[in-house]
Amino acid sequence: MVKPTRVTNAIRELRTDRGLTQADLAGAVGVTRQTLIAIEQGKYSPSLEMAFQIVRVLDVPFDAAFQYPED
Amino acid sequence: MAREERAAWVGLVVSLIAIAVYAAVVAGRAASTPLLEVDWLGPMLWTIIGGIVVSIVVTIIWGVVAEGGSLRGENAADERDRAITQMGDRVGVAFLVIGGVVGIALCAIDAAPFWIANTLYAGFALSSVVGGIARVVAYRRGLV
Repeated sequence: MVKPTRVTNAIRELRTDRGLTQADLAGAVGVTRQTLIAIEQGKYSPSLEMAFQIVRVLDVPFDAAFQYPED
Repeated sequence: MAREERAAWVGLVVSLIAIAVYAAVVAGRAASTPLLEVDWLGPMLWTIIGGIVVSIVVTIIWGVVAEGGSLRGENAADERDRAITQMGDRVGVAFLVIGGVVGIALCAIDAAPFWIANTLYAGFALSSVVGGIARVVAYRRGLV
């Protein structure tokens, strides 16, 4: 059921750099705080649409927030 | 804990209790009556209906206690909740199918209604419990 994902993210660092709380970012994206926590901890891979919403709120390029290994 | 996670926990726990009550009632009656003559219909219907009602009531009460009963706001279901619910349904539906197929096979061999009904009930019960376990595990350990 739980399979590893190779997608990583820097949302926690980007969020704290901007002085946003988990509740702030979750509210801006329109998800529960638990979902944002799961994303930050790599326990949930957001949909492409939610990922775009997150980078838009954080105002960063997509690959600054989400990374995928080259190989 | 988000609203949908609470509902998943309530559904799982209430399902387990309802199944245990049904099994205990039928087993108790079977102690003094031949198994195939046990009145299973009443306990089955009451535990199914009771389980649904209790799940709804407990979920509402927990919601009122946890967040004032608001149906919107920061705890409203989001895409992760929907993905976890769909995953739980996919896991559980296999047992519904197995129960249905075995139930048809029992009909084909003219098995007693007791066995047919309880096979179908077992399919529902397993579907509910296994799907519920899958949901709460996904909420706790992640869904990626």
